[in-house]
Amino acid sequence: MRGFEYVRAADPADAIHAARQTSSAPPTLAPTQFLAGGTTLLDLMKLDIMRPTRVVDISGFRNRTDGIAFDRQGLHLGAFVTMAEAADHPDIRRDYPIIAQSLDLAASAQIRNMATLGGNVLQRTRCSYFRDTSWQACNKRSPGSGCAALRGLNRKHAVLGTSENCIATYPGDFAQALVALGADIEIAGPSGARRVKFEDLHVAPDAHPEIETILNPDELITGFAVPAGPWTRRSLYLKVRDRESYEFALASAAVALDLHDGVVNEARIALGGVATKPWRAREAEAALKGRALSEANARQAAEAAFATTKTHGHNDYKPELGRRTLVRALMQAATVEA
Amino acid sequence: MAGIGTAALRLDGPAKVTGGAHYGSDAPFGKPLYGVLVTSGIARGRITAIDEQDARAEPGVVDIFTYRNIGKIVPGNIMDGDGYMGTSIAPLASAAIKHDGQIVALVVADTFEAASAAAYRLKIDYAEEVPAATFDSPGTETVAGVVASKKHKDPAVGDAEGAFAGAPVKIDAHYATATQHHNPIELFTTACSWSGGKLTVWESSQNMWGAKTGLALQLGISPDDIHFVSPFVGGAFGSRGSLTQRTAIVALAAKKLARPVKLATARDQGFTIATYRAETRHHLKLGATRDGKLVSVSHEGFEVTSRPDNYMVSGTDASTRLYGCPNVASKVSIVHADRNTPGFMRSPAETPYIFALECAMDELAYALNMDPVELRKVNDTQNEPIKGLPYSSRSLVPCFDAAAKAFGWSKRSMQPGSMREGEWLVGWGTATTMYPSNISASTARVTLFPNGTAKVQTATHEIGQGIYTVCALIAAGKLGVDPANVIVELGDSNLPPAPVSGGSNSTASVSNAVSKACDEILAKRAQGANGAIEAYAENIPKGDPPDAIRKLYKGQPSFTGGTESKDSIRFAFGAQFVEVRVHRLTREIRVSRTTGAFAAGTIVNPTTARSQLMGGMIWGISAALHEATEIDPRNARYTNKDLADYLIPVNADIGDIEVIMIPEEDSIVNPLGIKGIGELGNVGMNAAVANAVFHATGVRIRQIPIRLESLLVA
Repeated sequence: MRGFEYVRAADPADAIHAARQTSSAPPTLAPTQFLAGGTTLLDLMKLDIMRPTRVVDISGFRNRTDGIAFDRQGLHLGAFVTMAEAADHPDIRRDYPIIAQSLDLAASAQIRNMATLGGNVLQRTRCSYFRDTSWQACNKRSPGSGCAALRGLNRKHAVLGTSENCIATYPGDFAQALVALGADIEIAGPSGARRVKFEDLHVAPDAHPEIETILNPDELITGFAVPAGPWTRRSLYLKVRDRESYEFALASAAVALDLHDGVVNEARIALGGVATKPWRAREAEAALKGRALSEANARQAAEAAFATTKTHGHNDYKPELGRRTLVRALMQAATVEA
Repeated sequence: MAGIGTAALRLDGPAKVTGGAHYGSDAPFGKPLYGVLVTSGIARGRITAIDEQDARAEPGVVDIFTYRNIGKIVPGNIMDGDGYMGTSIAPLASAAIKHDGQIVALVVADTFEAASAAAYRLKIDYAEEVPAATFDSPGTETVAGVVASKKHKDPAVGDAEGAFAGAPVKIDAHYATATQHHNPIELFTTACSWSGGKLTVWESSQNMWGAKTGLALQLGISPDDIHFVSPFVGGAFGSRGSLTQRTAIVALAAKKLARPVKLATARDQGFTIATYRAETRHHLKLGATRDGKLVSVSHEGFEVTSRPDNYMVSGTDASTRLYGCPNVASKVSIVHADRNTPGFMRSPAETPYIFALECAMDELAYALNMDPVELRKVNDTQNEPIKGLPYSSRSLVPCFDAAAKAFGWSKRSMQPGSMREGEWLVGWGTATTMYPSNISASTARVTLFPNGTAKVQTATHEIGQGIYTVCALIAAGKLGVDPANVIVELGDSNLPPAPVSGGSNSTASVSNAVSKACDEILAKRAQGANGAIEAYAENIPKGDPPDAIRKLYKGQPSFTGGTESKDSIRFAFGAQFVEVRVHRLTREIRVSRTTGAFAAGTIVNPTTARSQLMGGMIWGISAALHEATEIDPRNARYTNKDLADYLIPVNADIGDIEVIMIPEEDSIVNPLGIKGIGELGNVGMNAAVANAVFHATGVRIRQIPIRLESLLVA
């Protein structure tokens, strides 16, 4: 990697101050970057894809900020909690299995021990053309340069939320659980704290694939608030991939169900591996509401979720795989004890 | 008394797990400089400009080597054509770019970090030409194997076309295998140090004497002035059998800078600076009688290679001889593309060609409505069909019997899609595995000390197969000493030469040489010698040319075995069984258990033999379901050059593996009766997995790796 200035921040306010930006670049291209677990940033710096001139180390906040807490409203997760800490928490495993599973099925044990929840949701795409600077065309890496994946090898690329400028898949898992459960995200910045729907954190590529979230470069994720609901216990995360572990999803489904006598009161559904951002499948949720959870009805919901896809050749299979993944997840979730 | 056949733990195991084993980049050179490679971002064209200014401004940078200043390096010939190299494409010979990821510069700095940063700051401009990537790309050139190589023959006998036309049951199908890269965990590292005109090279190698001879030719110096050291190898699988072009570049940089230079290439660079298994295509035609007897076998193969080199694996040599059949035809062609030259990768010839044949045999079994095991038995033979030579030994049927019983094959229902467990479709598949039993001339020095200890010295290579322990067992058994009291020295070109550790020959070649040296010690002792008794032995296998030892001292093996012998055909065999599970909806394919039975003559160390065969079976699962290097056809560039996207199985992908070793005696292959097993374990697995996927789903997939999307039908 290239040389950079290293700053260790004492607390979030100090970090935000250290990260005040002199450029107008979006966070992905900003010259100052936060370093928490380092599992994405350092990787991309070694590949010369991210070239910050200043790195603000926030990993020391881990023991001085919020951890894992429960109250009647729901679950609160501090941004500096590691993936492993959250995945292993017995109450999360019991009451929010969708969260534990989305974390357990991601990465490797070593990475889960390092990576923080705040960093996890900002993990960047695994698009091969993005991750290799010798490819000239990548609008995400080099705005305006084009997209090598559109007519390239795009087996793992997205079919939902794409644009003419980018079809890179959002790679994470945990974010789908947060989207499905309707979580909020807490953000600290130079002008104070704000709280937004987690579902609104990520933005589809449209004309600007380099803009991946609504965050400003000097804003820091501090926590997640997950509301309790009648569907949180009967929930699961299903991840379909070429190998059993340590791989990104070809398709995944985060599903939480409120069932009454086999009839769906409410279904919460998010899709991964198939979209450019964590994808809430509202059409599928609506299709299930008030109906018996049969495989035929699940299939109808899945059809609704993938009604408007755009494929690019090697990923032509993804809508069908996505539908089947959702059907399987719904039928499996129905068997979970509430 | 411990000796041949003793189940022994690895003598080098403790060193390996405690960090005591030294690999290439562990070279004990004081104050080395660090090198980082820069590789091309195009596959064909030329360098038009190099701007070093920014890179040289990086603090700590010492020098930058490109085609403009590296000096003279003789490209050399590829090993497949009597040279020592993996490729004849000399990367820094000129401004020309001939494949993706070609070495274009070596940046040398005081630290690895400085060299890495400077490498990114080096600006290189190219004039790009449209390259031909692979099969079907415009601009490739297809050449018949018999035209490309004098060594290649297209085995044939009888009238395969006529017999096929008249056969009552026929299979006519096309198969394909993917590009694969070895990806040893130890990266491709090289450390070079000069002293008084002599060069020491620390580099993991399967071929010490070949590497030093080849490097001497490249640098125009005497092989006597090069010392190659490689006590341990962190995975090779064929990738370290030939010399890569990086070594000479590092050697010249170290010479010019008068400092040792250490190079560790990045994972992605390993995909383009070393060899790989090229993608292949196959056209199989099988004709059979209604009772399953083959009457016609026809196998046509196509293999990708580079523009300049005629690398070819020619697996029809094996596939045309596996079953008894009076009419056989074959043809191999190579397809030149703008790629680096492919090379040896675990069972280079047999893996793709036997995959095609054994899938076709499964298809034939279904066309006949005959059990796939029964079909193999019906066509078993003790004489190969091309020349009618006898197999030196062939225990295929006992392997099928033992493995089928252990696997529970009799409970299989023939109908595809008929076995199920909950949400998972269950499929059982089988295939034959075979691998030539090679042996080469080899040398060894053994010393027996009065205190009951012994020392074995031979320049063979510990590539994970357990050759340290094998050497100790051979000497211990012969000399009557405890294996723990045998010091084994290998992996050093100052030791007596042993052949390349490839073609599964090392255990046979080295054991017979060590055994011969021990015999000489015993003879000397019988004649009254006392004190430390030393013997140096040269073992020339029956059938090897008389100059085999001279060639060995030039780093070239003289393989006999396989189809190379005039009086017999020599192969090891096995039967492989696989159970897969395929989810009824999402179609993930998982291998839940496998059983393999193998007969390979004398097993020197059953413990490490089991590990080797098990590793081979896992490799086969990997090839069938996971491994593929993806190439963008637009510009002939690889797109998945890391271990996140070039998939190999994780532990959770590998279910129960059962390895059965069938006793077999073979006095023809060599005096100790050893057949190699390093490459036997994986050959049949690709087809066994594919056949199991068909049995689970009823969908016949004729190319590997098999991905779930090909099963998303109805």
